[in-house]
Amino acid sequence: MNEMQLLKVLENDPRATITDLADILQESEEEVLRTKAKLEKSKVICGYHTVINWDKMNNDRVTAIIEVSAKPERDSGYDSAAAKIARFSEVTTLYLMSGTSEFMVFIEGQTMREVSDFVATKLAPIEGVTSTVTCFLLKKYKVEGFIMEDDRPADERMLVEP
Amino acid sequence: MSCEEYLSENVKKVGTSLLWQFFELAKTTPNVISLSVGEPDFHTPWHISEEGVYAIEKGRTYYSPSRGLLQLREGICDYYDRRFHVTGYTAENCLVTVGASESIDLVTRACLNPGDECIVLDPGYVAYEPAVLLTGAVPVCLELKEEDGFKVKPEALKAVITDRTRMIILNYPSNPTGGIMTHEDYEKIIPILKEHHLLVVCDEIYAELTYDHTPESIGVFTEIRDQLILVNGFSKAYSMTGWRLGYMLGPAEFITACNNIHQYSTMGPMTPAQFAAIEAISDKSDKDIQTHFDSFKIRRNFLVAQLNKMGLHTPMPEGAFYVFANITSTGLKSFDFCTKLLQEEAVCVIPGTAFGRSGEGFVRISYAYSLDELKGAVERLARFVRKYNSR
Repeated sequence: MNEMQLLKVLENDPRATITDLADILQESEEEVLRTKAKLEKSKVICGYHTVINWDKMNNDRVTAIIEVSAKPERDSGYDSAAAKIARFSEVTTLYLMSGTSEFMVFIEGQTMREVSDFVATKLAPIEGVTSTVTCFLLKKYKVEGFIMEDDRPADERMLVEP
Repeated sequence: MSCEEYLSENVKKVGTSLLWQFFELAKTTPNVISLSVGEPDFHTPWHISEEGVYAIEKGRTYYSPSRGLLQLREGICDYYDRRFHVTGYTAENCLVTVGASESIDLVTRACLNPGDECIVLDPGYVAYEPAVLLTGAVPVCLELKEEDGFKVKPEALKAVITDRTRMIILNYPSNPTGGIMTHEDYEKIIPILKEHHLLVVCDEIYAELTYDHTPESIGVFTEIRDQLILVNGFSKAYSMTGWRLGYMLGPAEFITACNNIHQYSTMGPMTPAQFAAIEAISDKSDKDIQTHFDSFKIRRNFLVAQLNKMGLHTPMPEGAFYVFANITSTGLKSFDFCTKLLQEEAVCVIPGTAFGRSGEGFVRISYAYSLDELKGAVERLARFVRKYNSR
């Protein structure tokens, strides 16, 4: 079966059932199940993720986006520093970037103090890390293609049209 | 005199569509789920809308040339070349109209005389027959069959041609059937159209929504170029229904004749909308067309699978965003099926008979809805079909 098509459907709708996927892709349920399991095992599918606007839940969370400068190591380049950063559960996202610093690190915590402490005591001292610039996220407008407060009308089409 | 007496004889022949009767019924039904719209559920891509907004900001709110902005007409010709390999059209072959509907109105008014016959497809889009009637010409129905994939077959075409036949209006991919004509299908009817010198009007508004074959325009058949008018628009491919922009491509003499009506009736479409359309018709929008196409294909596959599972025999439609489902297994007539479905399950679909007599035994179901909305509607529809199929 066409794995790209399966991935595209799942990327947009991770809730789709095996039956739905079989109908949509015009394949048998067994084939969909087998292919999906294979993609999960090979880590092409890394997880199933829900986009939540936590701001609406009065949930006290602090997100910081941190530019981390680092020195490359012989043989492993930036991979060894990245592996050390990624192990912390506070780090939700980690990218190697072009530009003025090497890494872009997303960190979540309950308070600004907690995040600052993490940067000072855990992130900055990592071997190979040379400097950090911490920016606190103030408001999310668009996440993974979803506009958080979309003020465009939902469906104002007429009930019946030719 | 009564108001009725003031009306022209041609207008009296055009009644209110069955479709609008259903609109009135649906409006009064609480919690109704409608699967009856004829437009995409996507917003106009913002880079297109933004060009319209920018045109207003820059004060481009003047009249445009009645034929349409030159840059837009050239863009339309390039688009037909790029997407459908239809070459040889230039700006003088193009007229920009207020929706594709105006193109249909113009071409019928420009080319039909009272008493002429015009072949229209049955089932077919609701606007063609009234457009013919309003000219005093006679619409002649060409019956399309489910077993033929609702395509025009050579024998059926020959059977409806008479000495008075002047025009045929085609529409592929089709609203309401979702049928398409492939290159091979067209090849079989082109000699007949040529032999009988029929003026061929082909509404290709759904051309970008051709799922399992290469999108085909009848415009590639250059041997009928001097008797062919292509009609298309921005509504379906770019989700621009409310912008009201369509166009026709054809021989310069026809375009001039249609423009002679158009320049007095509408003077041309809204200018800022045309600036947005210049952005839409460029290759910058091809990715939007693909995104919408992918979504529609997913929904089509899902809906058709569900309809067949619930016992409604439904072949896979190959174009547009409609399923023309065969409901004869329920023992209900199309109108009764739709009325009862609305009353008992608050789901609104359109009787096939709204699109012609050959639509009896079918209902048109639109899948211009999110997958979640379709799932909700299908649940109700399945309960209804099971009830009547088991009787």
